[in-house]
Amino acid sequence: MQKDDDRLVHNRGDEFLQVFKKGAEFTQDLLRENERLRFRLLELEKNSGTSGEAPDGELKKLSERIASLEQEKQEILGRIRQIEEENQDFAARYLEIEDENNNLANLYIASYQLHSTLDFKEVLQIITEIIINLIGAEEFAILLLDEKSADLHAVASEGVAREEIPLVRLGRGVIGEVASSGESYYAREVDHYQRDFAAPMVCIPLKIKDHVIGVLAIYQLLMQKKKFAPVDYELFTLLAGHAATAIFSARLYSDSERKLSTIQGFIDLLTK
Amino acid sequence: MSEYNVLIVEDSPTMRQLIAFALKRIRGVRIVEASDGVDGLKKLSSERFDLILTDINMPIMDGLKLVSLVRNDSNYKSIPIVVITTEGAQEDRERALALGANDYITKPIQPTKILDVAKALLKIS
Repeated sequence: MQKDDDRLVHNRGDEFLQVFKKGAEFTQDLLRENERLRFRLLELEKNSGTSGEAPDGELKKLSERIASLEQEKQEILGRIRQIEEENQDFAARYLEIEDENNNLANLYIASYQLHSTLDFKEVLQIITEIIINLIGAEEFAILLLDEKSADLHAVASEGVAREEIPLVRLGRGVIGEVASSGESYYAREVDHYQRDFAAPMVCIPLKIKDHVIGVLAIYQLLMQKKKFAPVDYELFTLLAGHAATAIFSARLYSDSERKLSTIQGFIDLLTK
Repeated sequence: MSEYNVLIVEDSPTMRQLIAFALKRIRGVRIVEASDGVDGLKKLSSERFDLILTDINMPIMDGLKLVSLVRNDSNYKSIPIVVITTEGAQEDRERALALGANDYITKPIQPTKILDVAKALLKIS
């Protein structure tokens, strides 16, 4: 009986020991799991700590970079605008130079043509062409001064018959005053101007230095020419000087040719 | 070898010079001058032209007659023609265009206008 009791106690002790061992193992497992979880938690905390701090820094850096790039963009856009404005200025300047170049070419060609001949009729023809083609006048006359009679008489005209142009006394009326003063005359109203032989729309003295040899009187512009352009005034100035010298030279040349011919006739007569 | 052959038909040497000056801005242009319509036709028969610029009021043969003859000749009818004249009225323009002119320029001469019209007809950008 005692033995049975001992065996029973022993068996129970074994069972208890088994249970205790299992409990110990379970406790060990729990402790390991706990350790693992704590480690995992630390890892996560570490990770979450890193990913929490880093984005703030990164965001700050990125924000700064964006601001810097935005500033650069604004600077570039400003520069582009500036270059565009400069380009527009250059384009406008280019057009101005182009116009100036054309005007100079017109003046050069007009001047070149005026001095290309010593034939009086040709000179008058060239002056006429310049006035029509470069200035755009439709009705005008070239009047020369006869210094003996102090009268101005038409030697060429366009759009009106030469005979229609009245003789003008030096110092009288608009034309006579222009010839005596050597100062150009421009009518105030070009748009509403009505042809008046005594008071032309424009009257330019043809003069060599201060010596007036005649005038150019414009009575009407071509229908498509509404007003004078700045280059027209330059052409008038050119005509005032160059046309006068061209006319004077041609007249002098034809006079000398005529005299030479007369003298040659006398010489031939004397030597025969 | 010139790229563009242009014929200027104009009785005034001053005008011919002015027109030629404007056209010389075109790279590769070669300019031939004629003093009236008859002279223009003679020059046309001697070589190929890419463009004709003609005055209207000329002795011997005027510009409108020249335009008409050129347009009725199968050898030249495709050559663009520009008429340059003092006549600024709409009916003058229409008459020239009806005869076959491609464009119409009025005086006073503006070199930029001549250049623009010539470039357009020569298809130069």
